[in-house]
Amino acid sequence: MTTFREATTAEAVGLAREGYRVIDVREQSEWDAGHVIDATLLPLRDLPRRIAEIAPDRDGPILVHCAVGARSARAAGWLAEHGYTNVVSLKGPISQWKDLGGAWEEPVQLLSPGQQRRYARQILIPEIGQEGQRRMLDAKVLLIGAGGLGSPTALYLAASGVGTIGLVDDDVVDESNLQRQVLHGVDRLGMLKVDSAELTLRGINPETNVVKHVERLGPDNVERLIGGYDVIVDGTDNFDTRYVLNDAAVKLRKPVVHGSIYRWDGQVTTFVPFEGPCYRCMYPTQPPDELAPACSVAGVLGVLPGIAGIIQANEVFKLVLGVGETLAGRLLMFDAMGTTFDEVRIWRDPACPACGDGASAVAQEPAQPASVAGA
Amino acid sequence: MSTVRIPPVLRENTGGSRSVEVTGGTVSEALDDLFAKHPALRERVTEDGQLSGFINVYVNDRDVRYRDGLATTVGPDDTIILLPAMAGGTRQA
Repeated sequence: MTTFREATTAEAVGLAREGYRVIDVREQSEWDAGHVIDATLLPLRDLPRRIAEIAPDRDGPILVHCAVGARSARAAGWLAEHGYTNVVSLKGPISQWKDLGGAWEEPVQLLSPGQQRRYARQILIPEIGQEGQRRMLDAKVLLIGAGGLGSPTALYLAASGVGTIGLVDDDVVDESNLQRQVLHGVDRLGMLKVDSAELTLRGINPETNVVKHVERLGPDNVERLIGGYDVIVDGTDNFDTRYVLNDAAVKLRKPVVHGSIYRWDGQVTTFVPFEGPCYRCMYPTQPPDELAPACSVAGVLGVLPGIAGIIQANEVFKLVLGVGETLAGRLLMFDAMGTTFDEVRIWRDPACPACGDGASAVAQEPAQPASVAGA
Repeated sequence: MSTVRIPPVLRENTGGSRSVEVTGGTVSEALDDLFAKHPALRERVTEDGQLSGFINVYVNDRDVRYRDGLATTVGPDDTIILLPAMAGGTRQA
């Protein structure tokens, strides 16, 4: 019966230098935390299936290792039984490899150990992973309004690790807000909403950088406010602001995630300048006031901004990660009374005064690469 | 009969109904039938006989502005969606 040899870590470092093929039978997560340079990752359970492709020469020198020697002994035993004649198993901690002068590759540390733990459940998702989480931590998202729509959006953006959350709001917390504006509570009555939001968000995630803009968005400050952010989330309740924001966002090529609510109905879409329609493409003409009553006049069910705001947060994640299909070019409409979701298509209007063919030259200047819009 | 979905801000003109069944082979005919049933809607939806610029009209998921406008054909199983801009959100400015 063929067998295999065992080597100490010091001996194994020497064998690797001599040209032994190093096979790491640990798991991906262990590999990611650091591994032998030029080694091949082949987790123990995959070994029978994949060894022929990785090491077709059964007489070639092979060094297998794991963390401390148990899995590698099983791997080496299996290899010996299956005709591999020159197998060495490392019997000793791989953690000493680097200290003993072995070639060792440290992982690129995208995330701190604390971040790895905190975001573990979403790092597991293939479309996110460590790189996606890093993107989220580096992202800067501006919420226009820290009220009904902004509350759920901000809660989930902060919880999920969006690094910088800007809040534009000059209002204070009122008792009538509390039925839907879940960033705030009874102990915050009279407090600036941005201050209350900061307290809540810091409690959820101390790592979040909350930037407070105690002002109202208007033509004079809109470009300054949105200029430093990657994605804008629009949760305002009047048309003047929506058109002002739209025109500046088109000019600066910032994607805007739009949400609006009325009693039992909500609408969400995403405007990505020059890649999809803008707000003016959808509604060229500002409606009269009677068609646009604020929540304070018309009333709104508490969960409505909750549903809309969370869908907006989902849009933000996709824009930041660069994955999936956003609502660009589609208006999602939901009716809480009937629990229905419908969508209609919206198109770029060639005659749009903001982003159409004849739009003002300033809006058409490629001030920033178009890819910024999708960042 | 095709179905017209009534947006929340216009439901006061339909006695609260969220949808109205109408007849007509085009958007224009279907809306005429709608206005016959709920006369107050006419001035909310049209201006001088044309669709108002702040209400979008869809047949199923298609904006009639990018089809044939009021002449866009409507089948018996089609849904006409009237969609005015909705504001709703945080008080700003």
